Amino acid sequence: MADSQITDLLQRFEFLTERPSADHPAVNCPVANLVEFCRTLRDELGYDLLIDVTAIDWDAASPRFTGIYHFLSSTEHVYLRVAVDCEDDIEPSLPSLVHLYASADWHERETYDLMGITYEGHPNLRRILMWDDYPYHPLRKEFPLAGIEVPLPAADVAERTQAKVIAAPMMGGPFVSSGDGPMSQTEPAAKDESWTEKREKPERGTLS
Amino acid sequence: MQNTSVAYDSKVEGEVIVTQADAVINWIRKHSVWPMPMGLACCAIELMAAGGSRFDISRFGMEVMRFSPRQADCMIVAGTVTYKMAEVVRRIYEQMAEPKWVVAMGACASTGGMYRSYATLQGVDRIIPVDVYVSGCPPRPEALLDAMIKLQDKIGRENAVKNLTAQNAEFLEAASAAQGS
Repeated sequence: MADSQITDLLQRFEFLTERPSADHPAVNCPVANLVEFCRTLRDELGYDLLIDVTAIDWDAASPRFTGIYHFLSSTEHVYLRVAVDCEDDIEPSLPSLVHLYASADWHERETYDLMGITYEGHPNLRRILMWDDYPYHPLRKEFPLAGIEVPLPAADVAERTQAKVIAAPMMGGPFVSSGDGPMSQTEPAAKDESWTEKREKPERGTLS
Repeated sequence: MQNTSVAYDSKVEGEVIVTQADAVINWIRKHSVWPMPMGLACCAIELMAAGGSRFDISRFGMEVMRFSPRQADCMIVAGTVTYKMAEVVRRIYEQMAEPKWVVAMGACASTGGMYRSYATLQGVDRIIPVDVYVSGCPPRPEALLDAMIKLQDKIGRENAVKNLTAQNAEFLEAASAAQGS
């Protein structure tokens, strides 16, 4: 099923290339053909649901950002992943799919919010998770998990409370499970407890 | 240390009770705490359990959960406070009438908990004064009940006009400054 699905697509659309995938069939699509391709997917090939829109930040590589789309056919019960490289590494942008799939609306807002990809033609491209004035895109590679100090969203509350958005004290974190062995033994824990908020993190190599 | 007891002396004629204003006012306050559930995450589920018949928060006279800050005097912050929500929590706190108390329920409300991240307020005490912290992730309903009993004890010990004094401090300061000049 999956093999013929891919072969058919590659035969029909010359601009597609096959993309290595561990699960669903996946294709790479040039950004110029994305809207045309998605319209055909929806109208002729039965992919009537856009399940997810997200993106990858490849850090130093170029093209740096890749937009990812997951389509589902509710009649054939098959998924399709479409990957689109953004042309600009500094101000990445992709065409919006809101006029084809209504579900793209909030997904694209989320990807814009966290990855900073601008979806051209989106009717309401505002942040959806972080507040409107937030200056960064937190899922980008260069953004530290702990965050960067900025003012609180509401100026009057910030003035009364003297509180700020701070870089969270990591204290040897992030506290993630090692993933090896049974869950009872792999509870999320600090990996490096040699430093705290009060005791600075030692320089690499100074630990005896 | 103040006298926190309400004394009754039957030898006094006419069934008169002699006590202190603080003791009476605090006694009234602490047995009719009206909590406002500020349910922000999974702790709110345990908070609901504490209100249910199995744990039955009404045994302690605080079952009147009010979802309007105007009618509540104890905010139970149950869950993760994000920076985006911090503004709302603070405004709702300000809308509550004095006297008012705050319980930080669970690790997230107390310190940010496991969310050492760019999006999470690292403890609700950064924006509002907290009276009782409850540990746990989430705390069991018994832990919340214990915290509420501790809060009752705290209410019983405090100066009944403390909040008025704090509110009027600026006014009094200004008045005395004006008198001095």
